[in-house]
Amino acid sequence: MAIEISGLAKNFARAGGGVREVFRDFSLTLGGGRVAALLGPSGGGKSTLLRLIAGLEMPTGGSIALPIGRIGMAFQEPRLLPWRSVADNLRLAAPGLTDEALNASLAAFELDGRGGDYPGQLSLGLARRVALARAFAVEPDLLLLDEPFASLDLGLHRRLRTLLAQRISAKRMTVLIATHDLDDALLLADEVIFLGGAPAQVKRRLTIDMPRETRDENLTKLRELAPFYPSSREDDDGNSIAS
Amino acid sequence: MIRLISLGFFLLAWQLGAMALGPQHLPEPAQVAATFAQEWRNGDMQFNLGLTLARVLAGFSLAMVAGSALGLALGRSPALDRMLDPWLVIALNTPALVVIILAYVWGGLNEISALVAIALNKFPNAVVTLREGARALDPALDEMAHVFSFSRWRRWRDVRLPQLAPYFAAAARGGLALVWKIVLVVELMGRPNGVGFKMNMAFQLFDLRLLLAYALPFVALMVLAETFVLRPAERSASWWRRHGD
Repeated sequence: MAIEISGLAKNFARAGGGVREVFRDFSLTLGGGRVAALLGPSGGGKSTLLRLIAGLEMPTGGSIALPIGRIGMAFQEPRLLPWRSVADNLRLAAPGLTDEALNASLAAFELDGRGGDYPGQLSLGLARRVALARAFAVEPDLLLLDEPFASLDLGLHRRLRTLLAQRISAKRMTVLIATHDLDDALLLADEVIFLGGAPAQVKRRLTIDMPRETRDENLTKLRELAPFYPSSREDDDGNSIAS
Repeated sequence: MIRLISLGFFLLAWQLGAMALGPQHLPEPAQVAATFAQEWRNGDMQFNLGLTLARVLAGFSLAMVAGSALGLALGRSPALDRMLDPWLVIALNTPALVVIILAYVWGGLNEISALVAIALNKFPNAVVTLREGARALDPALDEMAHVFSFSRWRRWRDVRLPQLAPYFAAAARGGLALVWKIVLVVELMGRPNGVGFKMNMAFQLFDLRLLLAYALPFVALMVLAETFVLRPAERSASWWRRHGD
């Protein structure tokens, strides 16, 4: 599912009056079936762009063209229905889901046997996995992931990133990931789009041809592709220095 | 257990009080029970109690349905809310008696006027409670439902109603407590039957036995409804909050 954004403008009213321009005359084309990462600082318009594509915000001007198809999305917070079980949260989003497909969706994110749990019983890490499983369960043509690893500790972050990389490689669909973490972008995306400035502009685009399975061992080399971007490289204790 | 002992002391105090004051001022429990049995045997008790309960139920339902609908509308539309809020403040502060008199004067002394008077007294209260509920709806879950193309029906059943359930339950519980007191006044002022009418009769005859014979079973029924229907309903309205940590 290709996405064609042209001349996009988006303003928000400021609390104290006036407007904040997030986008002005912003254009971007994304090829169908590819995985793109939107990389940029927090508050730089990544989430807004995802919300515009998902139809949760209306553009102030310009247009976003995407073919009709199913959209799956994982938000910054899991956004599960607390009064429905894990299995029902998936079924509500994907009404045609067979029991077999449901179990496969859960298993892909190592949630075997969790179908009967309620969201209140889950840790944030597990809840995020359920939210991702839900986004995949709808068999989307376009998958939107908004900071899918936000506020997870480093171990969980890596684990979930690996699971996500496997799932993305297993299915052909257009994926758009908003993140501020360079490693996430380098390990998951076919193409990294660097956003910057206010209103936001595309600063650079970087294509990564390396197969996803071999990227982990070549991460240091990959990072050299983007020396201009502050990396979240980890120190010897495994702690994140910058993000 | 403590409740039963407490109830026993209440009966004892009543008995002692009755013996001290004399039957003119406070009839003994046994005398009230006898009057109750007599009214039951001739069918008056069931008839009047039944009618009053039916009025409670009808007025309560009417107020809950209409009040909830308007409350949700106000909670979701700030413009409508700004327009109608002053009316709501007036309605909330109008004495029940005024509403009842106006309903009977404008509508005549009939069943419809009685029901309108009962419902109108609870109505603004339900509006305010459900308006709070609608304002507290989580927009993040609505967005989730939008992205995953939930149908309208599912958006209400699975996303919004579970969030509103505690507000419905609170409005219902507060509503019953208000409505059953209002119903008696409405009956006393303009109906030829019901517990309120019987109380009016007892008042005119200064017959405290009759008054208490009707009042106590009615109070007991309302306490039972509150304890075994509304309070459990309120607890189960937010059962999912008790999951996990």
